[in-house]
Amino acid sequence: MLDMLYSTAVRLTRNPADAEDLVAEAVAKALANLDSLKDPSCLRGWVFRVMHNTHTSMCRKRSVRREVSLNEATDDDDEGDFWLFERLHQPFLLWWGNPEQVFLDNVLRDDIVRALDKLPENYRMVVIMADVEELTYEEIGEALGVPVGTVRSRLSRGRSMLQKTLWHQAKEAGLKAVENPSEPRER
Amino acid sequence: MNSPRDISCDEALKHVFEFIDRELDHGRHAEMEQHLAKCRSCFSRVEFEKRLKVKLQEAGGQKAPDSLRARVGKLLCNY
Repeated sequence: MLDMLYSTAVRLTRNPADAEDLVAEAVAKALANLDSLKDPSCLRGWVFRVMHNTHTSMCRKRSVRREVSLNEATDDDDEGDFWLFERLHQPFLLWWGNPEQVFLDNVLRDDIVRALDKLPENYRMVVIMADVEELTYEEIGEALGVPVGTVRSRLSRGRSMLQKTLWHQAKEAGLKAVENPSEPRER
Repeated sequence: MNSPRDISCDEALKHVFEFIDRELDHGRHAEMEQHLAKCRSCFSRVEFEKRLKVKLQEAGGQKAPDSLRARVGKLLCNY
């Protein structure tokens, strides 16, 4: 559980030292308020909620002004879904090989971390909790204090935004095999 | 017991992520499994999203450092 909290905190704060402080403070608060946990089966979601609330209050104390446009995109901020598979899996490319495989083989750890860090905070959190930590939608809802329906919509939007960023990063990195595999590589 | 209902690709694609996240009820999960056993295109989509999820786990998962373990250990001792 400590590794899960720390991983999430690193992506939340984008800084290992701040993440460590956040987790330590959250654990202290969770222990102090343990009697408010009514259902022990909800422990994971509850602890993540304590950490999320702790982060919010730490940001307020530091007067960190979180701009809505950058960190807290609104749930109705919809510019259409983007899915990597739909870009990669085009029938006219199929004769050539497996572009999805090529893409996955070339995505670096740093590419993914950069793409995660670019997500607005409320989308970043659901993607981390669902994809990295494998919390259930109910636990994520508990952690963020939002209904499961909101978790579903944020997750779908967050994943789509993440995949769009990965696509652009791959193109910038010159993954010609992804963009147009029929073209010969430059020497 | 009823056999799972046949579903279309459009319907299957709506539930790809809930299927991977194991958030579908038993009936819907079985419908997806039945569809994926027959449809190569939807199967490829699910496999791609599963592998991307594994990549995310590998990139995003981090071990808590020893210094943090020591701090939390102290908190637990004092509790």
